[in-house]
Amino acid sequence: MSSAIVVRLAGGRLSLCVERRTLVVTLLLAAVLAVSALASLSLGSQATPPGAVLEALLYPARSGIALIVHEIRLPRVVLAVLVGACLGVAGLLLQGLVRNPLASPDVIGITGGAALAAVSFLALGGVALGEAWLPWVALSGALSVTLLILALSGRGVTPARLVLIGIGLAAALGAGTTLVLVLATDTTAMQAYVWLSGSLYAAQWRSVAGLAPWALVGLPLALVLARRLDVLALGDELAAGLGASVRRTQLMLLLLAVALAGAAVAFAGGLSFVGLLAPHIARRLVASRHTGLVPATALIGALIVLLADLLGRVAFQSRDLPAGIFVAGVGAPFFVYLLYRWR
Amino acid sequence: MRWIGLSLVAMVALLAALGSLLLGATEIAPGSLIGAFVAPDPGSMEHLILRTERLPRALIASVVGASLAVAGALTQTLTRNALAAPSILGINAGAMCFVVIASSFFALRSPLALVWVAFFGALMAALLVALLGRERSGGLSPLRTVLGGVAVTALFVSLAQGLLIVDQDGFESLLLWLAGSVAGRGLDVLTPLLPFFLVTAVLCALMVRQLNLLILDDEVAKGLGQRTGWARLLAGVAVIVLAGGSVALAGLIGFVGLIVPHMVRALFGRDHRWVLPGCALLGGGLLLAADTLARLLMPPQEVPVGVMTALLGTPFFLYLARRRSFAP
Repeated sequence: MSSAIVVRLAGGRLSLCVERRTLVVTLLLAAVLAVSALASLSLGSQATPPGAVLEALLYPARSGIALIVHEIRLPRVVLAVLVGACLGVAGLLLQGLVRNPLASPDVIGITGGAALAAVSFLALGGVALGEAWLPWVALSGALSVTLLILALSGRGVTPARLVLIGIGLAAALGAGTTLVLVLATDTTAMQAYVWLSGSLYAAQWRSVAGLAPWALVGLPLALVLARRLDVLALGDELAAGLGASVRRTQLMLLLLAVALAGAAVAFAGGLSFVGLLAPHIARRLVASRHTGLVPATALIGALIVLLADLLGRVAFQSRDLPAGIFVAGVGAPFFVYLLYRWR
Repeated sequence: MRWIGLSLVAMVALLAALGSLLLGATEIAPGSLIGAFVAPDPGSMEHLILRTERLPRALIASVVGASLAVAGALTQTLTRNALAAPSILGINAGAMCFVVIASSFFALRSPLALVWVAFFGALMAALLVALLGRERSGGLSPLRTVLGGVAVTALFVSLAQGLLIVDQDGFESLLLWLAGSVAGRGLDVLTPLLPFFLVTAVLCALMVRQLNLLILDDEVAKGLGQRTGWARLLAGVAVIVLAGGSVALAGLIGFVGLIVPHMVRALFGRDHRWVLPGCALLGGGLLLAADTLARLLMPPQEVPVGVMTALLGTPFFLYLARRRSFAP
């Protein structure tokens, strides 16, 4: 702890202890994310030099490509960053909560619940009600599944069993989603299928504006609450002995994770594996306590989604592939590897 | 007593088969059933539907259900894990993924070639799960095996889904197949597989005693003078053939292999001489019933039968996951 930096705010009500290495890595990640965002803004069906993009960003009136940058590429980039950050942090919170490296919103069915609710909403003609309802529908789906997992697990269930129960629920939710897709009309089905595999294709400022409040409230809250995960990691009894109200803390963190994951799924579809990958990569890079992990995880999650989206846009010139394909292509083998290592 | 039980199960399977033949968008009078096969009338719509539509479908459903259930029983015996089944361990997903790759990238269409591809995919998935489920001490951990199955399923399904989105032309038919369906397939898909299934059935019948010993500890079996290695290998081959073949026929149909063996063991005990025939009958009957239900649920739309079995099977999986012991 020799190289730690301690920050105290508001008469000691809020204090942060950040290791120097964590700070350096976080800043580096932020720089890489900025460069990737610029690259994502420049590349596309019509490639534009980064200089021109910067000019369009800073002085929109002078630039000829302001329309492309501001209305098409920028919302997509911002949405990718927000979605990745939310999913990554949700995964970090869940993994800390159930003390199982394999837990993530998609493995235990939280994303599946959000997806089933959202797809049913779309298939039943919910768009007529207004898209503003979609995130709330997805969130309520995610929340119901979480409550169901908790109810089925009961007390004294090992974390591994909880994951097992989540996996079972995820299977049923997947079947339910397929059922809705098959029964929906053909055009809705294909749309919903592409949405399900995680696409930022038609990202607009509207979606960004919808997700931004969740991210702007949820992510700082996660940063503040994250230290409680360090206490919980000691085990329920020890944590209670240290004066933590274990149940309440767990419930609060769980709700936060569900809100972050559900909101992200509502606006970008089922991007699986981000919540699994980002926390693990962050742990490799910063080896810190949870407070330090939150920003790193958020940045890595954002970077994963941004790069996957960029790859999906550029790699196959003729087609715009959903970012989810690339995340799953990296994430699924990584999941296998994690399990291989987890003994 | 067991004979009576087995005949009752056979009766149920027969009833399911009758229902599958007679019920659907066109209701068919039981009287025309015999006529359609003994003295087919070329002008009769009912006979035409029965011979070209309902019969292949019922045959495929019963064969797929029976092989999945037997494969499930064998998997549970091999891994000594109540939660094991070809669908849960990712074996079905492996077969499915390889078939999708072969048919979309290498334009492989011959049913027999696709069957071999499915076997190969099932084998790859099984080896991967065995690698992931292995404990440091050498045995298979039940929990690790199931988690390994989830990881392997995620791997293969995401790969196949990616391919489907790249190759959108085949999307419509493949979506039904990904969800598991016995609809719209002719007998020409079934015939190349029948020899494989028959050989496997004979193999299983010959090795019931060895299978009974596999439930015991390896130490006990060895003490009784049995070499378990061969029995394990052959049972593994049987699982690959049955599961891979089912996937080649009907896509991803989950949970039949999980539920049926448990139901049969509750009825007949753990002796494989009774478990295997019971599984074949009840598995076939269950899938026939599920398929008929899937047809009748929301006409004119058809629900993929894999969705039906998943919805029916999940509560059972949850019940098993909450139990303290993993023993089958």
